[in-house]
Amino acid sequence: MREVTVEITVNGQRRPAAIEPRLTLADFLRERCGLTGTHLGCEHGVCGACTVLLDGAAVRACLAFAVQADGRDVTTIEALAGEDGELSPVQRAFGDAHGLQCGFCTPGFVVSLTAFLRDHPHPSDDDLRAALAGNLCRCTGYQGILRAARLAADAGAGR
Amino acid sequence: MKPSAFDYHAPSSADEVVALLAELGDGAKVLAGGQSLIPMLSLRLASFGHLVDIGRITELAGIEAAPDAVTIGAGTTQAAIETDAAVAAAVPLLARATPLIGHFQIRNRGTLGGSIAHADPAAEYPAVALALDAEIEAMSPAGCRRIPADRVFTGFWSTALEPDELLVRVRFPVWTGRCGFAVREFARRHGDFAVAGAAVAVRLGADDTVERCSIGLIGLGPTPIRATRAEAAATGQRAPIAAADVGALAVADLDQVPSDLHGPAEYRRRVGAVMVARALTAAVAEAADA
Repeated sequence: MREVTVEITVNGQRRPAAIEPRLTLADFLRERCGLTGTHLGCEHGVCGACTVLLDGAAVRACLAFAVQADGRDVTTIEALAGEDGELSPVQRAFGDAHGLQCGFCTPGFVVSLTAFLRDHPHPSDDDLRAALAGNLCRCTGYQGILRAARLAADAGAGR
Repeated sequence: MKPSAFDYHAPSSADEVVALLAELGDGAKVLAGGQSLIPMLSLRLASFGHLVDIGRITELAGIEAAPDAVTIGAGTTQAAIETDAAVAAAVPLLARATPLIGHFQIRNRGTLGGSIAHADPAAEYPAVALALDAEIEAMSPAGCRRIPADRVFTGFWSTALEPDELLVRVRFPVWTGRCGFAVREFARRHGDFAVAGAAVAVRLGADDTVERCSIGLIGLGPTPIRATRAEAAATGQRAPIAAADVGALAVADLDQVPSDLHGPAEYRRRVGAVMVARALTAAVAEAADA
C-alpha cells in the first residue's frame, strides 16, 4: 500500500513524515513523535484515554488516521503545562482533588476537560458529568475526578 | 487492533469522489468522520482496499435554512448541528437527538452523512430522519437523486445507496403550527447505544387534537422503524393523550427486535413501549403549550 507524506503540527512543532495511511493519529504521536503521554486503552473509541486536541477540538486519537491530520494542529497532554513545567489549572486540580490513582486514563480526562471548560467556563455538576462520560477510569470510582473537574471549573480554568 | 492496509484518497470535490467510487468499485469505502468506520476497521470487522476521505471537501459541509426545510451537508459534524441556532429553531427533533450521540469528543468528528449512511438501527439520526420524512440526496457519476427516508434503510447497516453513490446532503422538512418534539432513549451508560428509544414529532390542532404524529423507533429492529399503527392511533386523540396505549401499540407488531447481552428482545420491546410513551407525552405537552 502506498505511503503518504504528511506534515502535522504537534504542540507547535512541525512534524513531516512518510506514513502508511492506516497509521492512527495516536500511533503517530506515540511512535513517530515519541509523545507517549497520549495513552491507548481500547484502540476503538470507547475509553477516551487517547484524547487529544485536533485544531482545538477534543477528539479520540485512535479514531482518526494521522493522514487526516495532515496540515492541522494537534495538541497533546505534553503541551498543557507551562514551559517551566508549571501545571495547567486542570492538571493541578487533578492533583489537589485526588482525581487519579494509577494515572493511565488521566491524560484523556485532562485533555477532554481542558477543551470542555474552554467552551463551557461555567458548567453545572451535571454538565461536568456529561462532559466526562466519554472517558473511562478503572480505579478512582470517578468521585475524585468529578471533584477535580469542579475545582478546575471554580478556579476559572476555562476563563 | 490495527486496521489492515489500504490506499488513501483525498479528493477535493464531490464529483471527484463519485468518479473514484465508480472506478474503484466495491473495494472502496467513503471515510467521513470515521467514528463508526475506524473502530470497525481496527477490530477488523471490515476491511477495504481503498478509503476515500471526504473530510476536506468544504462543499459537503454546511447548514442551509429555508422556510420549508433545513438542508444539511453530509459532512457537517454532529458538533456543528448541536450548536446551530437555525437547526434548534426549525428542526428541534434533530437538535435534541444530537447530544445523545456518543460523547462530545465523538461529535466533534462524527458527521450527519456518516451516521445516516452507516445506518445503525440504534443510532439517533436515522430514526430522526425517518420520523421527519427527511430526504437524502445521493450523487453518482450519472447525477443526483433524492431518496425519501422511508426507502433509505434497507437492512442492518444497509442502505439504498449504490456503491458509486455519495450521500451529499439531507433535507429535513420544517414542521409548522403547534408542534412538539421529543427523543427518549434508555442506555446502560451515558453515550452508549440505546437499548431502545423513540423520536417523536406531533402537531396539534386548535382544539388540542393530534393532527399529525410521527414516531421513529430506535434499536427495535434491523433498521430504524416508523410505528405507523401507533401514529394512526395517536392521531385524532385530544391532549393529554393515552400515551402508554400508543407505546404498547408501537411495539406490538415488531418481529425482529434484537436480542443480546444488553437485553433480550422482550425486554427491549417493553423499554421501547415506555420510551414511545414518554417521548409522546413530552411532545404533546410541548405542542399544547405552543
